[in-house]
Amino acid sequence: MEFRNRDIISIKDFSKEEILHIIKTAKKFIPFAEGKKYSDALRGKILSSLFFEPSTRTRLSFESAMHRLGGSVIGVVETTTSSVKKGETLSDTVRMADAYSDVIVLRHSQEGAARLAAEFAEHPVINAGDGAGHHPTQCLLDLFTILNEKKRIEGLNIVLLGDLKYGRTVHSLAYALALFGANLTFVSPKTLEMPKEVVKECKNLGAKPKSTTVLEKAIKDADVLYVTRIQKERFPDPEEYNKVASSYRVDLSLLSKAKRNMIVMHPLPRVTEIAPEVDKTPHAVYFKQAFNGILVRMAILHLILGGKTR
Amino acid sequence: MKELRVQPIKNGTVIDHIPAGMALKVLHILGIPHKGAESIVSVAMNVRSKIMGKKDIVKVEDRELEPKEVDKIALIAPRATINIIRDYEVVEKHRVKLPKEVIGILKCPNPTCISNSNEPIESRFIVINDNPPRLRCYYCEREPDDIASRII
Ligand SMILES: Nc1ncnc2c1ncn2[C@@H]1O[C@H](COP(=O)(O)OP(=O)(O)O)[C@@H](O)[C@H]1O
Ligand SMILES: [Mg+2]
Ligand SMILES: [Zn+2]
Repeated sequence: MEFRNRDIISIKDFSKEEILHIIKTAKKFIPFAEGKKYSDALRGKILSSLFFEPSTRTRLSFESAMHRLGGSVIGVVETTTSSVKKGETLSDTVRMADAYSDVIVLRHSQEGAARLAAEFAEHPVINAGDGAGHHPTQCLLDLFTILNEKKRIEGLNIVLLGDLKYGRTVHSLAYALALFGANLTFVSPKTLEMPKEVVKECKNLGAKPKSTTVLEKAIKDADVLYVTRIQKERFPDPEEYNKVASSYRVDLSLLSKAKRNMIVMHPLPRVTEIAPEVDKTPHAVYFKQAFNGILVRMAILHLILGGKTR
Repeated sequence: MKELRVQPIKNGTVIDHIPAGMALKVLHILGIPHKGAESIVSVAMNVRSKIMGKKDIVKVEDRELEPKEVDKIALIAPRATINIIRDYEVVEKHRVKLPKEVIGILKCPNPTCISNSNEPIESRFIVINDNPPRLRCYYCEREPDDIASRII
Protein backbone atom coordinates (compact mmCIF):
# COMPACT_ATOMS: atom_id res chain seq x y z
CA MET A 1 0.00 0.00 0.00
CA GLU A 2 1.63 3.20 -1.14
CA PHE A 3 -0.08 6.52 -0.63
CA ARG A 4 2.79 8.93 -0.94
CA ASN A 5 2.29 11.36 -3.80
CA ARG A 6 -0.82 9.60 -4.95
CA ASP A 7 -3.65 11.50 -6.66
CA ILE A 8 -7.07 11.08 -5.05
CA ILE A 9 -9.46 11.28 -7.99
CA SER A 10 -12.05 8.53 -7.60
CA ILE A 11 -12.92 6.03 -4.91
CA LYS A 12 -12.60 3.38 -7.61
CA ASP A 13 -8.86 3.93 -7.71
CA PHE A 14 -8.63 2.37 -4.24
CA SER A 15 -8.88 -1.20 -3.03
CA LYS A 16 -10.93 -2.20 -0.04
CA GLU A 17 -7.76 -2.59 2.02
CA GLU A 18 -6.59 0.89 1.06
CA ILE A 19 -9.95 2.40 1.96
CA LEU A 20 -9.85 0.66 5.33
CA HIS A 21 -6.34 1.94 5.90
CA ILE A 22 -7.43 5.53 5.25
CA ILE A 23 -10.33 5.07 7.66
CA LYS A 24 -8.07 3.57 10.33
CA THR A 25 -5.67 6.48 9.93
CA ALA A 26 -8.55 8.97 10.13
CA LYS A 27 -9.58 7.60 13.51
CA LYS A 28 -6.20 8.46 15.00
CA PHE A 29 -6.79 12.11 14.23
CA ILE A 30 -9.86 12.55 16.42
CA PRO A 31 -8.07 14.36 19.30
CA PHE A 32 -6.25 16.56 16.77
CA ALA A 33 -9.41 17.48 14.91
CA GLU A 34 -11.04 18.33 18.22
CA GLY A 35 -8.19 20.68 19.03
CA LYS A 36 -7.19 18.63 22.08
CA LYS A 37 -3.83 17.72 20.64
CA TYR A 38 -1.59 19.68 18.33
CA SER A 39 0.21 18.30 15.29
CA ASP A 40 2.90 19.83 13.11
CA ALA A 41 3.19 16.75 10.90
CA LEU A 42 2.81 18.84 7.74
CA ARG A 43 4.68 21.94 8.87
CA GLY A 44 6.19 23.70 5.88
CA LYS A 45 3.74 22.09 3.45
CA ILE A 46 1.36 24.25 1.43
CA LEU A 47 -2.02 23.24 0.07
CA SER A 48 -3.53 24.98 -2.96
CA SER A 49 -7.26 25.20 -2.65
CA LEU A 50 -8.73 25.71 -6.14
CA PHE A 51 -12.49 26.04 -6.01
CA PHE A 52 -14.14 26.94 -9.29
CA GLU A 53 -17.59 26.13 -7.99
CA PRO A 54 -19.33 27.20 -4.82
CA SER A 55 -18.61 24.99 -1.82
CA THR A 56 -18.16 26.16 1.71
CA ARG A 57 -18.27 22.87 3.51
CA THR A 58 -15.73 20.89 1.55
CA ARG A 59 -13.36 23.81 1.20
CA LEU A 60 -13.42 24.75 4.88
CA SER A 61 -13.06 21.13 5.85
CA PHE A 62 -9.94 20.67 3.70
CA GLU A 63 -8.45 23.92 4.90
CA SER A 64 -9.15 23.08 8.52
CA ALA A 65 -7.59 19.62 8.04
CA MET A 66 -4.42 21.15 6.59
CA HIS A 67 -4.14 23.71 9.39
CA ARG A 68 -4.76 21.07 12.05
CA LEU A 69 -1.72 19.23 10.71
CA GLY A 70 0.45 22.33 10.90
CA GLY A 71 0.43 23.03 7.16
CA SER A 72 -0.74 26.15 5.39
CA VAL A 73 -3.22 26.96 2.67
CA ILE A 74 -3.30 29.28 -0.32
CA GLY A 75 -6.30 29.44 -2.55
CA VAL A 76 -8.73 30.85 -4.99
CA VAL A 77 -12.49 30.77 -4.91
CA GLU A 78 -13.51 31.63 -8.43
CA THR A 79 -17.16 30.87 -8.65
CA THR A 80 -17.51 33.38 -11.47
CA THR A 81 -14.65 31.53 -13.14
CA SER A 82 -12.95 34.82 -13.93
CA SER A 83 -9.81 33.03 -15.04
CA VAL A 84 -11.92 31.21 -17.58
CA LYS A 85 -13.20 34.56 -18.77
CA LYS A 86 -9.64 35.74 -19.12
CA GLY A 87 -9.14 32.68 -21.26
CA GLU A 88 -6.78 30.85 -18.96
CA THR A 89 -7.10 27.10 -19.21
CA LEU A 90 -7.46 24.90 -16.18
CA SER A 91 -4.19 23.24 -17.08
CA ASP A 92 -2.36 26.58 -16.85
CA THR A 93 -3.95 27.41 -13.49
CA VAL A 94 -2.97 23.97 -12.24
CA ARG A 95 0.62 24.33 -13.43
CA MET A 96 0.87 27.60 -11.52
CA ALA A 97 -0.64 26.19 -8.32
CA ASP A 98 1.64 23.19 -8.68
CA ALA A 99 4.66 25.48 -8.65
CA TYR A 100 3.42 27.28 -5.53
CA SER A 101 2.40 24.34 -3.36
CA ASP A 102 2.77 20.68 -2.36
CA VAL A 103 -0.76 19.46 -2.96
CA ILE A 104 -3.75 20.71 -4.95
CA VAL A 105 -7.38 20.38 -3.93
CA LEU A 106 -9.69 21.01 -6.88
CA ARG A 107 -13.43 21.60 -7.20
CA HIS A 108 -14.61 22.15 -10.75
CA SER A 109 -17.87 22.03 -12.66
CA GLN A 110 -16.64 19.78 -15.47
CA GLU A 111 -16.34 16.01 -15.32
CA GLY A 112 -12.77 14.82 -15.61
CA ALA A 113 -11.26 18.12 -14.44
CA ALA A 114 -9.36 16.43 -11.63
CA ARG A 115 -7.91 13.76 -13.94
CA LEU A 116 -6.73 16.52 -16.21
CA ALA A 117 -5.23 18.44 -13.29
CA ALA A 118 -3.38 15.33 -12.15
CA GLU A 119 -1.82 15.01 -15.59
CA PHE A 120 -0.42 18.52 -15.45
CA ALA A 121 0.62 18.61 -11.80
CA GLU A 122 3.75 17.01 -10.41
CA HIS A 123 2.31 17.18 -6.92
CA PRO A 124 -0.70 15.12 -5.91
CA VAL A 125 -4.18 16.33 -6.80
CA ILE A 126 -7.22 15.70 -4.63
CA ASN A 127 -10.58 15.80 -6.36
CA ALA A 128 -13.05 17.79 -4.26
CA GLY A 129 -15.83 17.25 -6.80
CA ASP A 130 -15.78 17.38 -10.60
CA GLY A 131 -19.21 18.22 -11.96
CA ALA A 132 -21.43 15.15 -11.86
CA GLY A 133 -18.30 13.05 -11.49
CA HIS A 134 -16.49 12.01 -8.33
CA HIS A 135 -16.04 13.35 -4.84
CA PRO A 136 -13.90 10.68 -3.19
CA THR A 137 -13.38 12.34 0.19
CA GLN A 138 -17.15 12.63 0.60
CA CYS A 139 -17.42 8.92 -0.09
CA LEU A 140 -14.64 8.15 2.39
CA LEU A 141 -16.25 10.21 5.13
CA ASP A 142 -19.56 8.47 4.52
CA LEU A 143 -17.89 5.07 4.83
CA PHE A 144 -16.04 6.26 7.92
CA THR A 145 -19.30 7.37 9.50
CA ILE A 146 -21.07 4.08 8.85
CA LEU A 147 -18.12 2.03 10.12
CA ASN A 148 -17.77 4.23 13.16
CA GLU A 149 -21.46 4.01 14.07
CA LYS A 150 -22.15 0.42 13.04
CA LYS A 151 -18.70 -1.23 13.29
CA ARG A 152 -19.28 -2.95 9.95
CA ILE A 153 -20.74 -2.41 6.49
CA GLU A 154 -21.08 -5.97 5.25
CA GLY A 155 -24.63 -7.23 5.64
CA LEU A 156 -26.08 -3.87 6.69
CA ASN A 157 -29.34 -2.78 5.10
CA ILE A 158 -28.60 0.60 3.61
CA VAL A 159 -31.20 2.81 1.94
CA LEU A 160 -30.08 5.57 -0.42
CA LEU A 161 -32.85 8.14 -0.77
CA GLY A 162 -33.56 11.14 -2.93
CA ASP A 163 -32.05 12.30 -6.19
CA LEU A 164 -30.14 9.21 -7.20
CA LYS A 165 -29.81 10.28 -10.80
CA TYR A 166 -27.96 13.56 -10.54
CA GLY A 167 -26.76 13.39 -6.93
CA ARG A 168 -23.00 13.62 -7.07
CA THR A 169 -22.27 11.58 -3.97
CA VAL A 170 -24.63 8.64 -4.32
CA HIS A 171 -23.05 6.99 -7.35
CA SER A 172 -19.62 6.45 -5.85
CA LEU A 173 -21.20 5.70 -2.49
CA ALA A 174 -23.37 2.94 -4.00
CA TYR A 175 -20.28 1.49 -5.64
CA ALA A 176 -18.26 1.58 -2.42
CA LEU A 177 -21.07 0.12 -0.31
CA ALA A 178 -21.47 -2.71 -2.81
CA LEU A 179 -17.72 -3.28 -2.63
CA PHE A 180 -18.06 -3.68 1.13
CA GLY A 181 -21.02 -6.06 0.85
CA ALA A 182 -23.95 -3.93 2.02
CA ASN A 183 -27.56 -4.76 1.09
CA LEU A 184 -28.65 -1.75 -0.92
CA THR A 185 -32.08 -0.30 -1.51
CA PHE A 186 -32.48 2.70 -3.79
CA VAL A 187 -35.48 4.91 -3.11
CA SER A 188 -36.26 7.74 -5.50
CA PRO A 189 -38.96 9.18 -7.71
CA LYS A 190 -39.13 7.34 -11.04
CA THR A 191 -37.58 10.28 -12.87
CA LEU A 192 -34.57 10.41 -10.55
CA GLU A 193 -33.68 6.72 -10.44
CA MET A 194 -30.18 5.39 -9.98
CA PRO A 195 -28.53 5.22 -13.43
CA LYS A 196 -28.44 1.75 -14.99
CA GLU A 197 -24.64 1.77 -15.21
CA VAL A 198 -24.35 2.28 -11.47
CA VAL A 199 -26.79 -0.53 -10.76
CA LYS A 200 -24.83 -2.79 -13.09
CA GLU A 201 -21.59 -1.86 -11.40
CA CYS A 202 -23.05 -2.77 -8.01
CA LYS A 203 -24.22 -6.11 -9.41
CA ASN A 204 -20.77 -6.79 -10.80
CA LEU A 205 -19.48 -6.43 -7.26
CA GLY A 206 -21.93 -9.10 -6.12
CA ALA A 207 -24.61 -6.81 -4.70
CA LYS A 208 -28.31 -7.25 -5.41
CA PRO A 209 -29.64 -3.71 -5.11
CA LYS A 210 -33.41 -3.19 -4.91
CA SER A 211 -35.15 -0.13 -6.31
CA THR A 212 -38.43 1.33 -5.17
CA THR A 213 -40.32 4.60 -5.03
CA VAL A 214 -41.84 3.87 -1.62
CA LEU A 215 -39.80 4.97 1.37
CA GLU A 216 -42.08 3.70 4.14
CA LYS A 217 -41.55 0.07 3.21
CA ALA A 218 -37.84 0.34 2.57
CA ILE A 219 -37.15 1.97 5.89
CA LYS A 220 -38.57 -0.86 8.04
CA ASP A 221 -35.47 -3.02 8.30
CA ALA A 222 -32.91 -0.36 7.38
CA ASP A 223 -29.74 0.10 9.43
CA VAL A 224 -28.71 3.24 7.57
CA LEU A 225 -30.84 5.83 5.79
CA TYR A 226 -28.74 8.04 3.55
CA VAL A 227 -30.75 11.09 2.50
CA THR A 228 -29.90 13.42 -0.38
CA ARG A 229 -31.49 16.62 -1.50
CA ILE A 230 -33.97 16.70 -4.35
CA GLN A 231 -33.62 19.92 -6.26
CA LYS A 232 -36.75 21.72 -7.28
CA GLU A 233 -35.17 22.57 -10.64
CA ARG A 234 -35.27 18.90 -11.60
CA PHE A 235 -39.05 19.07 -11.84
CA PRO A 236 -40.75 20.98 -14.65
CA ASP A 237 -43.99 20.84 -12.66
CA PRO A 238 -43.90 22.37 -9.12
CA GLU A 239 -46.91 20.24 -8.13
CA GLU A 240 -44.94 17.11 -8.91
CA TYR A 241 -42.00 18.40 -6.86
CA ASN A 242 -44.19 19.11 -3.83
CA LYS A 243 -45.64 15.61 -3.97
CA VAL A 244 -42.20 14.00 -4.04
CA ALA A 245 -40.72 16.32 -1.44
CA SER A 246 -43.47 15.61 1.06
CA SER A 247 -43.45 11.85 0.54
CA TYR A 248 -39.70 11.71 1.14
CA ARG A 249 -39.60 13.97 4.14
CA VAL A 250 -37.79 12.33 7.04
CA ASP A 251 -39.56 13.26 10.26
CA LEU A 252 -40.46 11.70 13.60
CA SER A 253 -43.54 9.99 12.27
CA LEU A 254 -41.51 8.26 9.57
CA LEU A 255 -38.78 7.34 12.04
CA SER A 256 -41.31 5.66 14.32
CA LYS A 257 -41.49 2.93 11.67
CA ALA A 258 -37.72 2.41 11.64
CA LYS A 259 -35.38 0.39 13.80
CA ARG A 260 -34.39 2.22 16.97
CA ASN A 261 -30.74 2.18 16.05
CA MET A 262 -31.11 3.15 12.41
CA ILE A 263 -28.83 6.08 11.59
CA VAL A 264 -29.82 8.95 9.32
CA MET A 265 -27.06 10.43 7.18
CA HIS A 266 -26.98 13.42 4.82
CA PRO A 267 -24.09 15.01 2.92
CA LEU A 268 -25.49 18.47 3.81
CA PRO A 269 -26.62 21.12 3.20
CA ARG A 270 -30.14 19.86 3.80
CA VAL A 271 -33.19 21.89 3.05
CA THR A 272 -36.54 20.37 3.93
CA GLU A 273 -35.83 16.68 3.40
CA ILE A 274 -34.99 16.13 7.07
CA ALA A 275 -37.21 17.86 9.63
CA PRO A 276 -35.26 19.77 12.31
CA GLU A 277 -37.08 17.70 14.96
CA VAL A 278 -34.93 14.75 13.85
CA ASP A 279 -31.70 16.52 14.84
CA LYS A 280 -32.17 15.78 18.53
CA THR A 281 -32.87 12.07 18.06
CA PRO A 282 -30.13 9.43 18.29
CA HIS A 283 -30.86 8.65 14.63
CA ALA A 284 -29.23 11.86 13.44
CA VAL A 285 -25.56 11.50 12.61
CA TYR A 286 -25.27 14.10 9.85
CA PHE A 287 -23.47 16.67 11.95
CA LYS A 288 -20.99 14.04 13.16
CA GLN A 289 -20.63 13.09 9.52
CA ALA A 290 -19.50 16.63 8.70
CA PHE A 291 -16.92 16.48 11.50
CA ASN A 292 -15.69 13.11 10.19
CA GLY A 293 -14.91 14.86 6.92
CA ILE A 294 -12.06 16.65 8.63
CA LEU A 295 -10.67 13.37 9.97
CA VAL A 296 -10.72 11.71 6.59
CA ARG A 297 -9.13 14.71 4.91
CA MET A 298 -6.44 14.87 7.57
CA ALA A 299 -5.71 11.19 6.98
CA ILE A 300 -5.45 11.66 3.23
CA LEU A 301 -3.24 14.72 3.45
CA HIS A 302 -1.04 12.98 5.98
CA LEU A 303 -0.75 9.83 3.89
CA ILE A 304 -0.05 11.44 0.53
CA LEU A 305 2.28 14.12 1.82
CA GLY A 306 4.18 11.64 3.97
CA GLY A 307 3.60 13.46 7.23
CA LYS A 308 5.88 12.74 10.13
CA THR A 309 4.43 10.37 12.67
CA ARG A 310 5.46 11.04 16.20
CA MET B 1 -9.68 -14.43 -56.40
CA LYS B 2 -13.05 -15.34 -57.82
CA GLU B 3 -14.69 -12.39 -56.19
CA LEU B 4 -12.47 -9.90 -57.99
CA ARG B 5 -14.78 -8.26 -60.46
CA VAL B 6 -13.04 -4.94 -60.65
CA GLN B 7 -9.72 -3.98 -62.04
CA PRO B 8 -6.92 -5.16 -59.73
CA ILE B 9 -4.77 -2.54 -58.07
CA LYS B 10 -1.01 -2.52 -58.44
CA ASN B 11 -0.12 -0.93 -55.12
CA GLY B 12 -2.40 -0.01 -52.26
CA THR B 13 -4.57 -1.40 -49.51
CA VAL B 14 -7.52 -3.74 -49.41
CA ILE B 15 -9.69 -3.51 -46.32
CA ASP B 16 -11.57 -6.76 -46.11
CA HIS B 17 -14.18 -8.16 -43.70
CA ILE B 18 -15.91 -4.88 -43.06
CA PRO B 19 -19.41 -5.47 -41.64
CA ALA B 20 -21.98 -5.13 -44.42
CA GLY B 21 -23.15 -1.54 -44.63
CA MET B 22 -20.07 0.04 -43.05
CA ALA B 23 -18.03 0.61 -46.22
CA LEU B 24 -19.04 4.24 -46.55
CA LYS B 25 -18.03 4.91 -42.96
CA VAL B 26 -14.63 3.41 -43.71
CA LEU B 27 -14.31 5.70 -46.72
CA HIS B 28 -15.25 8.64 -44.53
CA ILE B 29 -12.50 7.72 -42.06
CA LEU B 30 -10.02 7.60 -44.95
CA GLY B 31 -11.15 11.02 -46.15
CA ILE B 32 -12.52 9.63 -49.40
CA PRO B 33 -13.59 11.11 -51.75
CA HIS B 34 -10.75 13.57 -51.63
CA LYS B 35 -11.04 16.46 -54.03
CA GLY B 36 -8.59 16.17 -56.90
CA ALA B 37 -7.51 12.62 -56.04
CA GLU B 38 -7.06 10.32 -59.03
CA SER B 39 -6.29 6.95 -57.49
CA ILE B 40 -8.74 4.13 -57.96
CA VAL B 41 -11.04 3.39 -55.08
CA SER B 42 -13.38 0.46 -55.33
CA VAL B 43 -16.07 -0.50 -52.93
CA ALA B 44 -17.90 -3.80 -52.82
CA MET B 45 -20.95 -4.14 -50.64
CA ASN B 46 -22.86 -7.20 -49.47
CA VAL B 47 -20.25 -9.62 -50.72
CA ARG B 48 -20.90 -13.21 -49.58
CA SER B 49 -18.56 -14.26 -46.84
CA LYS B 50 -18.17 -17.59 -45.10
CA ILE B 51 -17.42 -16.11 -41.71
CA MET B 52 -19.58 -13.00 -41.83
CA GLY B 53 -22.50 -13.95 -44.03
CA LYS B 54 -22.28 -10.61 -45.84
CA LYS B 55 -19.40 -8.17 -45.81
CA ASP B 56 -18.10 -5.01 -47.46
CA ILE B 57 -14.67 -4.57 -49.02
CA VAL B 58 -12.82 -1.31 -49.71
CA LYS B 59 -9.83 -1.14 -52.04
CA VAL B 60 -7.69 1.96 -52.26
CA GLU B 61 -4.91 2.39 -54.72
CA ASP B 62 -1.59 4.02 -53.86
CA ARG B 63 -2.28 4.32 -50.21
CA GLU B 64 -1.08 2.65 -47.02
CA LEU B 65 -2.91 3.46 -43.82
CA GLU B 66 -1.75 5.47 -40.84
CA PRO B 67 -1.94 3.73 -37.44
CA LYS B 68 -4.62 6.23 -36.37
CA GLU B 69 -6.73 5.35 -39.41
CA VAL B 70 -6.38 1.67 -38.60
CA ASP B 71 -7.54 2.33 -35.02
CA LYS B 72 -10.57 4.20 -36.30
CA ILE B 73 -11.43 1.35 -38.64
CA ALA B 74 -11.05 -1.12 -35.77
CA LEU B 75 -13.75 0.83 -33.92
CA ILE B 76 -16.36 0.32 -36.63
CA ALA B 77 -15.06 -2.88 -38.19
CA PRO B 78 -13.48 -4.92 -35.42
CA ARG B 79 -12.89 -7.97 -37.64
CA ALA B 80 -11.47 -6.12 -40.62
CA THR B 81 -8.30 -7.33 -42.28
CA ILE B 82 -5.86 -4.90 -43.82
CA ASN B 83 -4.12 -6.30 -46.90
CA ILE B 84 -1.21 -4.43 -48.31
CA ILE B 85 -0.84 -4.87 -52.06
CA ARG B 86 2.48 -4.37 -53.80
CA ASP B 87 2.91 -5.20 -57.46
CA TYR B 88 -0.55 -6.85 -57.57
CA GLU B 89 0.30 -9.25 -54.73
CA VAL B 90 -0.83 -9.29 -51.12
CA VAL B 91 2.47 -8.80 -49.28
CA GLU B 92 1.11 -8.19 -45.81
CA LYS B 93 -2.11 -9.08 -44.11
CA HIS B 94 -3.17 -8.31 -40.59
CA ARG B 95 -6.29 -8.08 -38.49
CA VAL B 96 -7.06 -4.69 -37.06
CA LYS B 97 -6.56 -4.60 -33.32
CA LEU B 98 -7.60 -1.91 -30.92
CA PRO B 99 -4.86 -0.61 -28.65
CA LYS B 100 -5.49 -0.38 -24.88
CA GLU B 101 -6.37 3.28 -25.28
CA VAL B 102 -7.46 5.34 -28.26
CA ILE B 103 -6.23 8.88 -28.22
CA GLY B 104 -7.44 11.82 -30.26
CA ILE B 105 -9.76 9.89 -32.57
CA LEU B 106 -13.13 10.25 -30.88
CA LYS B 107 -15.07 13.12 -29.39
CA CYS B 108 -16.57 12.51 -25.94
CA PRO B 109 -20.39 12.59 -26.07
CA ASN B 110 -20.55 14.38 -22.72
CA PRO B 111 -20.77 18.14 -23.40
CA THR B 112 -19.49 18.99 -19.91
CA CYS B 113 -16.51 16.64 -20.12
CA ILE B 114 -13.25 18.50 -19.59
CA SER B 115 -11.94 16.96 -22.84
CA ASN B 116 -14.53 19.06 -24.71
CA SER B 117 -13.21 22.36 -23.35
CA ASN B 118 -10.28 24.32 -24.69
CA GLU B 119 -7.65 22.46 -22.68
CA PRO B 120 -4.45 21.42 -24.45
CA ILE B 121 -5.30 17.73 -24.43
CA GLU B 122 -6.54 15.11 -26.85
CA SER B 123 -9.59 13.00 -26.13
CA ARG B 124 -8.65 9.72 -24.51
CA PHE B 125 -10.70 6.55 -24.23
CA ILE B 126 -9.93 3.28 -22.48
CA VAL B 127 -10.83 0.26 -24.59
CA ILE B 128 -12.92 -1.98 -22.36
CA ASN B 129 -14.00 -4.41 -25.10
CA ASP B 130 -12.69 -5.11 -28.61
CA ASN B 131 -15.63 -6.72 -30.33
CA PRO B 132 -18.11 -5.17 -30.12
CA PRO B 133 -15.94 -2.16 -29.32
CA ARG B 134 -16.71 -0.52 -25.99
CA LEU B 135 -14.90 2.56 -24.80
CA ARG B 136 -14.82 4.64 -21.64
CA CYS B 137 -13.74 8.26 -21.56
CA TYR B 138 -10.59 8.52 -19.44
CA TYR B 139 -11.75 11.90 -18.16
CA CYS B 140 -15.48 11.72 -17.46
CA GLU B 141 -15.89 7.90 -17.62
CA ARG B 142 -18.87 8.17 -19.97
CA GLU B 143 -19.27 5.28 -22.43
CA PRO B 144 -20.29 6.54 -25.87
CA ASP B 145 -22.98 4.29 -27.31
CA ASP B 146 -22.78 5.43 -30.91
CA ILE B 147 -19.06 5.14 -31.49
CA ALA B 148 -19.18 5.50 -35.28
CA SER B 149 -20.76 8.94 -35.09
CA ARG B 150 -18.19 10.20 -32.55
CA ILE B 151 -15.14 9.58 -34.67
CA ILE B 152 -13.35 12.83 -35.36
N1 LIG C 1 -4.10 -6.75 -56.74
C1 LIG C 1 -5.25 -6.72 -56.10
N2 LIG C 1 -6.13 -5.74 -56.39
C2 LIG C 1 -7.31 -5.65 -55.72
N3 LIG C 1 -7.69 -6.50 -54.74
C3 LIG C 1 -6.84 -7.49 -54.39
C4 LIG C 1 -5.59 -7.66 -55.05
N4 LIG C 1 -4.97 -8.73 -54.48
C5 LIG C 1 -5.81 -9.22 -53.53
N5 LIG C 1 -6.95 -8.48 -53.48
C6 LIG C 1 -8.09 -8.61 -52.52
O1 LIG C 1 -7.55 -8.53 -51.20
C7 LIG C 1 -8.24 -9.42 -50.34
C8 LIG C 1 -7.24 -10.37 -49.69
O2 LIG C 1 -6.65 -11.14 -50.66
P1 LIG C 1 -6.16 -12.64 -50.41
O3 LIG C 1 -5.19 -12.65 -49.31
O4 LIG C 1 -5.70 -13.19 -51.72
O5 LIG C 1 -7.53 -13.37 -50.10
P2 LIG C 1 -8.18 -13.91 -48.71
O6 LIG C 1 -7.93 -12.90 -47.66
O7 LIG C 1 -9.63 -13.98 -49.10
O8 LIG C 1 -7.53 -15.22 -48.48
C9 LIG C 1 -9.26 -10.14 -51.20
O9 LIG C 1 -10.52 -9.46 -51.00
C10 LIG C 1 -8.77 -9.96 -52.60
O10 LIG C 1 -9.87 -9.90 -53.53
MG1 LIG D 1 0.34 14.21 -11.48
ZN1 LIG E 1 -15.53 12.49 -21.44
